Amino acid sequence: MAKSITQEFVKGLWEEIPPFRLVLGLCPTLAVTKTVQDGIGMGVATTFVLVCSNVLISALRNVIPSKVRIAAFIIIIATFVTVVELLMQAFTYPLFLSLGIFIPLIVVNCIVLGRAEAFASKNAITYSLADGLGIGVGFTLALAALGSVREVIGSGTFWGASVFGPSFQPFSFMIEAPGAFVCLGLMLCIMNLMGKK
Amino acid sequence: MGDYIVLAISCILVNNILLAQYLGNCPFLGTSKKMETAVGMAMAVIFVLVLAGVITWLAEAFILKPFKMEYLRTLSFILVIAALVQFVEMFLKKSIPALYAGLGIFLPLITTNCAVMGVCLINIKEEYTFMQALVASFAYAVGFGLALILFAGVRERILLARVPNPLQDTSIGLVTAGMLSLAFFAFKGMV
Repeated sequence: MAKSITQEFVKGLWEEIPPFRLVLGLCPTLAVTKTVQDGIGMGVATTFVLVCSNVLISALRNVIPSKVRIAAFIIIIATFVTVVELLMQAFTYPLFLSLGIFIPLIVVNCIVLGRAEAFASKNAITYSLADGLGIGVGFTLALAALGSVREVIGSGTFWGASVFGPSFQPFSFMIEAPGAFVCLGLMLCIMNLMGKK
Repeated sequence: MGDYIVLAISCILVNNILLAQYLGNCPFLGTSKKMETAVGMAMAVIFVLVLAGVITWLAEAFILKPFKMEYLRTLSFILVIAALVQFVEMFLKKSIPALYAGLGIFLPLITTNCAVMGVCLINIKEEYTFMQALVASFAYAVGFGLALILFAGVRERILLARVPNPLQDTSIGLVTAGMLSLAFFAFKGMV
């Protein structure tokens, strides 16, 4: 193994940060970043699924026949998504309501299946753990960044607290669907400006 | 009958699956660079989404509900969709090779298209009847196709335009999608 475990973790934070470097998992990115809270909640839920499924798939990589591997991966991922869904319903009910159908939709988030196929099915458990954690934290950071921009501009608040005072007229374009696309597009542009691969 | 038409219009235009509900964005950006692939993807989605919508509705009503296993919804729906896609692929390959040649490469991608899974979940969440679920699935799929084909048309024009370097490709694609979404936003409040 050429890379160390730390490198596998760190690459998810900048080099391969989804959804900017790896353009995957756009739907939750656009849909749940109306507020910072929702963004981080979604990021944590996805990270949990990503880490658990990466570890299990990596542990079973020699057992799963390669012909049915995608189906097997999907079942493993769906199991962990169900776990997250039930946990969130029990412990963070308001968040569960505001994320809505996007929690079960973690199953079809291409990031999770993508990491399973591209990384966990070929690497040892510890590396897969680091990879899942790195990509998950990167995804959470990205969602938090997008969520802050949209919440501050779109509703004039940050984490529910007012930023600009009562005289601020919120630019509600940002929290609607068109604003989500434009905002993500511009952030992608800034990422491109900051560093070429 | 009138109710179904209103439902169809609201699913195609007002609550457009791509531009208002943010579902299915990966294939939206991935397959919209060429008109040909966009049309292929749109057709494949319409085909699978209607079948998936109907079958998952039946699974919910006759298997999950009576046995009180709603907590297995996520797991069972994704299995139904994956199996369905596989089955459709085999069926088309065997009996309608011409259609298979057109849709072939897009079919496996549909398993992880969140528009399909999303519509199935919306059907259950909104407590649609069987007919409503059928109409909604079809209308959402048509809305997906419409937005995808429109977007592909715009993107083909962008290829000829001079785009600043950092905005290339996905970045300008997203901004364009935002403009298109703004156009669809005008339908809000129509139904």
